[in-house]
Amino acid sequence: MQRYRIIEDPIDIGEVVTKVEDRNAGAINTFIGTVREMTKGKKTVFLKYDAYVPMAEKKLEQIGDEIVEQYPEAKVAITHRIGRLDIQDIAVVIAVSTPHRADSFAASRYAIERIKEIVPIWKKEHWEDGEEWIGDQLEKKSYSKGHPEEEDLT
Amino acid sequence: MIEILLFAELEEIVGERKLTDPQLVGKTINEVREKLKQDYPNIKQIDRAMVAVNEEYAEDDQQLNEGDVVAFIPPVSGG
Repeated sequence: MQRYRIIEDPIDIGEVVTKVEDRNAGAINTFIGTVREMTKGKKTVFLKYDAYVPMAEKKLEQIGDEIVEQYPEAKVAITHRIGRLDIQDIAVVIAVSTPHRADSFAASRYAIERIKEIVPIWKKEHWEDGEEWIGDQLEKKSYSKGHPEEEDLT
Repeated sequence: MIEILLFAELEEIVGERKLTDPQLVGKTINEVREKLKQDYPNIKQIDRAMVAVNEEYAEDDQQLNEGDVVAFIPPVSGG
């Protein structure tokens, strides 16, 4: 079972959830990232995602490992879709199971924030009047040197 | 041989996702970056890119060995 995947086809949410099922889980939290139409007044027509696939899958696995380090009983699965995605399509599904609900919420949040820091996936916005690769949507964190420091990456 | 991978806007500027160059063995990542800027004057965004060697993030002063794969990774935007 491959728990960290980059795929080109639509994501089967149930399949991702199934990977983290556990007899000792008291909660499975899922995060589903979808394609938004309006961003700051600008209308997206569709998106294209690209990835450095083998490294992206490794980095997703690293995020899972970081979660298990903090919550040893957690199980994590993440699938990210690449290629052309239309409005409302699912771009990413994260599932985390833990014995108690608070940890699964926190871990799921951690995973999506971390994806935006270290996983080599890029999206290109296509508008009615143009297109652009989008970078650095961290919102909360900026890298003063233009890239993450070593402690951000390990 | 050193393999260079370029993604997103860097790939579009260069017109290739993969370059190879035997001359880069023994050079540092920084030297590779400077060479790309010489060869492709439009590639200014490469200064903002992170770098991975063999699929792990690396520092700019890392020296390259035969067979290394160097990926320039613009600011990521997954999720």
